[in-house]
This record gives sequence, structure tokens and C-alpha cells, in this order.
Amino acid sequence: MIHFKQVSKHFAGKAVVRDLTLEMAKGEFTVLIGTSGSGKSTTLKMINRLEEHDRGEILFAGEPIEKFRAQDLRRRMGYAIQSIGLFPHWTVEENIATVPQLLKWPKAKIRDRVTKLLELLSLDPKQFRTRYPHQLSGGQQQRVGVARALASDPEVLLMDEPFGALDPVTRATLQEEVARIHKLSHRTIVLVTHDIDEALALADRIVLLNDGQVVQQGTPLELLTKPATPFVRDFFGGSDMGLRLLSLQEVGSRTRQGEYYAGNEKPLVASMSLSQALSKFVAQQVQQLPVVDEQGQPVGVLHFADLTTTGNAV
Amino acid sequence: MAHHSPVKNRVLLTLVFLLLLSGSGLAFLSHAPNRLVSGQGISLASLLHGYTFFVLLPVILLVVSAFLTLFGRSHLLVMLLAEILLAALVWLAGYTAVQLTGGNEDSIARTSLGGGFWAAAALCLLIASDAISRFTRNHTLRILLNIQMLIPVVLLLFYGQLSGLSLLKEYDNRSDVFNDALWQHLGILFGTLVPAVLIGLPVGLLCHRHVRWRGPVLSVLNIIQTVPSIALFGLLLAPLAGLAKALPWLGEHGISGIGLAPAIIALVLYSLLPLVRGVIAGLDSVPEAVIESARGMGMNRGQVFFRVQMPIALPVILTGIRIVAVQTVGMAMVAALIGAGGLGAIMFQGLLSSALDLVLLGVIPAVLMAVVVDSIFKFAVSILETSRR
Repeated sequence: MIHFKQVSKHFAGKAVVRDLTLEMAKGEFTVLIGTSGSGKSTTLKMINRLEEHDRGEILFAGEPIEKFRAQDLRRRMGYAIQSIGLFPHWTVEENIATVPQLLKWPKAKIRDRVTKLLELLSLDPKQFRTRYPHQLSGGQQQRVGVARALASDPEVLLMDEPFGALDPVTRATLQEEVARIHKLSHRTIVLVTHDIDEALALADRIVLLNDGQVVQQGTPLELLTKPATPFVRDFFGGSDMGLRLLSLQEVGSRTRQGEYYAGNEKPLVASMSLSQALSKFVAQQVQQLPVVDEQGQPVGVLHFADLTTTGNAV
Repeated sequence: MAHHSPVKNRVLLTLVFLLLLSGSGLAFLSHAPNRLVSGQGISLASLLHGYTFFVLLPVILLVVSAFLTLFGRSHLLVMLLAEILLAALVWLAGYTAVQLTGGNEDSIARTSLGGGFWAAAALCLLIASDAISRFTRNHTLRILLNIQMLIPVVLLLFYGQLSGLSLLKEYDNRSDVFNDALWQHLGILFGTLVPAVLIGLPVGLLCHRHVRWRGPVLSVLNIIQTVPSIALFGLLLAPLAGLAKALPWLGEHGISGIGLAPAIIALVLYSLLPLVRGVIAGLDSVPEAVIESARGMGMNRGQVFFRVQMPIALPVILTGIRIVAVQTVGMAMVAALIGAGGLGAIMFQGLLSSALDLVLLGVIPAVLMAVVVDSIFKFAVSILETSRR
């Protein structure tokens, strides 16, 4: 869907992005991660030409992006940023309708779309449609920001640290929403963040940038288990390395199928992450816990000791 | 904080006390056999006999309400009392003026409003304004309620109840001159505002887009602002006179060293600083993230400017124009000195012939015009702002 070929970008003679080659496949959730000044935001903004690259080639849908008019290109890509940037003089409805209106959709279609998007982001359309941004909480504003980015059903969704300014609880909820939207629509999403856990939770593929260059790219598990350089290990590892590994795997992958557990502890669900399971083991001070599937049918037993072995699923 | 104090509204009590003080201490009206001799003061107390005593009723009720705990709409009662009192005082002044001439409309005797009247009227407006601000926080409603205070006075004026007052007699004597002057004054106001906005908007935009222009432009406008207005009129005299001489067709179109042209040029120059400042402040108040989103959504430069930047900046820009408009109404008075006409001409005529009523005939409408212009812009801004916050 989006293809960077040896792209470079200079600000005042200094390279912020160097020789970048990337491929963001259709339907893939790519997370660009790195320290501040690593060039991740610039990379994102080059996709919708808020920043113009000065060397190399960027392809969108197989065509170099200069072939498109910047406005047309942007209208085909949703865009959400950290400070949200809602228009303070427009209602929630008018904000969400920004791109459909630029695309001159008929009124009724815009109205239906706004209703659908508000519902998708768990905001009651009746209640929120006519409100102004300042009447919303930070989390609600960011939901509207995401809804606005999705308004014209764009082929690509670009998000620049969209949840950076939110409290941890709201951030986690919105991450789940975005993950859900991605699962539902299989839209191509590119998200910039410096939050490692956010990257691990959302990404199909993580691109770790440093000093304007790709250090390593791959699935979250690859970056955790096969770091290419000490920098990657330090970046993702640290003291939480073990927990992060557990958070990427499901309870089901380590469950001893068919075993029966006699205790009356509340069972784990197979789709839970292993880090959540670890938390239950410690809190309840047990060595084993029963596992059930989504429907509540018993699947087997998870042994505490199995958390540390390399399961066959990995 | 005083607990269980019997006085619930100290502001109101103080204002009513001041009102009684000015009513009893200062001359309410002044009466002279003709406009050249200075008048004799007439106290309010000497006018209160028979049913005119009822004028005091609102005062008593106002004192009582200062001791009551008022909520919500009951503040409007205080406002109404002040409004009734104001109307009653105005009526009493007009009624007395007619009585003093024995109903003879051609009498050359002059009855003018005294310090006591002006103080009492101002205090009535203050009491009402205080009550209104206690009643509501809504700016738009506050402005409307304050304006309606003047309705009874306007009605009294309209129905000729005040025609015995010297101010109105001066108006009667030169109503043609006055009406012309009023239109001229409005002409100067709009003649200044339109070019000022047409120049100020682009200049402000330039300063907003290119920060390096900001310093020099604002310095120049600042220097202009420090030149006293009469001096600026004088400075324009020579170049414009020279220009009119060199290019006769300019002179044919009324451009010369004196008159309307130098006045408007000077007033436009004075307007530019507050206006350009307002435009810059307004555009600066648009958050960077909002503009980035607008571009990121695929708006072109024009759409970003007209749909996002301008609407968000408009209240601040309108505030700049409001300041300029009020300032222009005032400065246009002085422009009469170089022959620009307007209400200033009447004022200066009064000053030169030591006729205070004539001075007031020029000044009071100018003050009212400034207040009205101010209210209109404030009203517009408050409507813009309530629609978004």
C-alpha cells in the first residue's frame, strides 16, 4: 500500500530521515517507534505530504505520491494527531464531517456516516452530535479525533501519537478500540508512538527508528526475542522484558489440554495474555488454574511453571 | 466575612446612599432667564411636592431590597426599580422645565440638567448594571438588559416630554445643523473603518505569516499612535495641500489640506495599530495543531484560512475593530478643527460662544454613539462566542 524507497529528508541541512526503505502492506498495522528526534513523525508526515521528502521515492497504491494533488492524497488518508486538533468552532458532527464535506458527499450520507462513527467509538450520537469540543473530556475528544480520521472510510489511517496526552486507563480503552476497528475493517494503519507497550499491543509490524534510520523491523515477538543490535534489546528489554514477552502470548498457547483441575478458583480464559495469567497466579497464590474458552467450556489447566518454559507455540 | 449581617447587598446600599447624597447635595436643574447668563440651581427637594413625592418610592424600595436575600429573577425587580427611578427623574426634569416657562414654547428661558441629575442618572444605571450581573452570567443577555434601561428615556424624548429642557431647545433651534452633523459624524466613522479594515487585515495577515515583518510594522504604527491627533492633522495639512495643488483633479474631488480628507487619513492611521494588533493576536490564537489537522484532512490554503483560521480568530479581530470604532468616534470630534464637520463642529461652536448646552448637544450624542457602537460589537462577539463555548 505504502512503499518507501531510499527516502531521505533534511531540515536545515541536517538529515532527519536517511535512506529509509519500508513497505507497509495493505491491511497491516504498522507502528513506527523510536526516541524523540528519531524521525518517526517526519516519516509519517511524508506519507500525506505534510512534509515533502527530498530524496528517494514514496509510492502510494503503486504510484509515486507526487502524482497526486496533496489535498486529494490527504483526503484518501485519515489523519489523527496527539493534540487532536479538533476545530473548536465546529460541533462534533461538523468536525467528523470535515473530509466528507470536502469530498462533497450528500447531506444524508454524511449524517448517517457520523451516526455510525459515533456508535463505532462508543459515543452516543444523540448526546454528542451537537456538542462542541470544549464540552468533551480528553478521551472523548480523542475518540472524535479518531472518528474524524475515519470519516471518509480512508484507505489508510495515519496516527501521530494519538493517545500520548491521555491518562493510562483512557489510553488503554482507546487502544482496544483502535485494535477492534483494525480487526473489523482490515484498514492499513500507520501509528507513531514512543510507548513500547502501545506498540507491542497494537502492531502487526514494528519499525524501530533511530537517528533517521531503521534499526530493525519485524513482528513484536521478533523484536523482543531476536533483537538485531544491543540498542534494540535495550529499547524493548529493560526490566520489563519478561512481562512484555508474556503479554504477547495467549493463555491457550501454554494450556495443558484435557487436564482437569479440582479447585474452585475462577478460571482463566484462553484468549487472555500470559501476563494477565501471571498476575492471577500471584494474586491467588496458586500453582495451577483452570482454563476455559470464550463460551466458558473447560479447555484444560495452566501450570505456573509452564510460564517460564518455551512453549511449543513460540 | 460578616455573618448574619442584616445588610445583604452592600453594593446596592452604597449606591442608593450615594444617590440620596447627590440628589440632596447637588443642583438637580439649573434655570436661567436666557442662555447667556449663568443659571440658578434648583434642588431636587424643592421639586418634591404633591404626587411628585412618588419619585421617592423606588428609592425606598431599593433600600429595602438591600436588606433582603435575593435569588434569580428577583434581581430583575431591582433592575426595574432603578429603571423606574431613572425614568421618573428624567420625567421630573422635563416636567419642571415646562412648568418653569409656564408652557410658553418660545420662551428664551433656559432650564438645563444639573450635576445632581447626571449623578443620580449614572447611579441608577450602575444599580441596574449590578443587578443584571447578579441575575445572569450570559454576556449577550447582560448587554441586552443594559440597553433596554434606556427605553423609557427614549420614549419620554420621543413623546416630547423633555422638549422644555435647554438641550432640546438648542436642538430645536438648529436641528438641521445637528442632523447634518450627526450624519457627517457617522460618515467619518464608516469612512475610517472601511479603509482601516481593508488595510489592517492584510497587514495583520502579513505580520502573522512572516514574523520578521512584525517588529518593523508595529514600530512604525506605534510611532504614529504617539503623535497627538491635532499635530497629525497639522502634519497632513502641508503635503495634502501641495498634492491638491500639483494634481488639480484631486482638489476637484474634495482632497485638500483641510476638510474631510486629512481627517480620514489621520483617523485611519490611528486605527491601524489596534487593528493590526487585533488581527495578529486573533490569528496567533489559532492552535498550531488545529491548522495541522486542517491541512492533514486535505483542506487547501484558502479553505484552511476561511473555514478554520478566520472563524476562530474573528472574535479577537472584532474586538480590535470595536476599539478602533470607539476611538474614531471620539477622535472625530477633534477633526472638526480642520473642517471635517461632524458633532465636533457643534461642540466647538458651543465652546467658542460659551454656551454649555450647545457643547452638550455635540458631546452627548457622540458619547451615546460610542456606547452604541461599543455595544453592537460586544454583542456580535458575545454571540460568536456563545455559539462555541
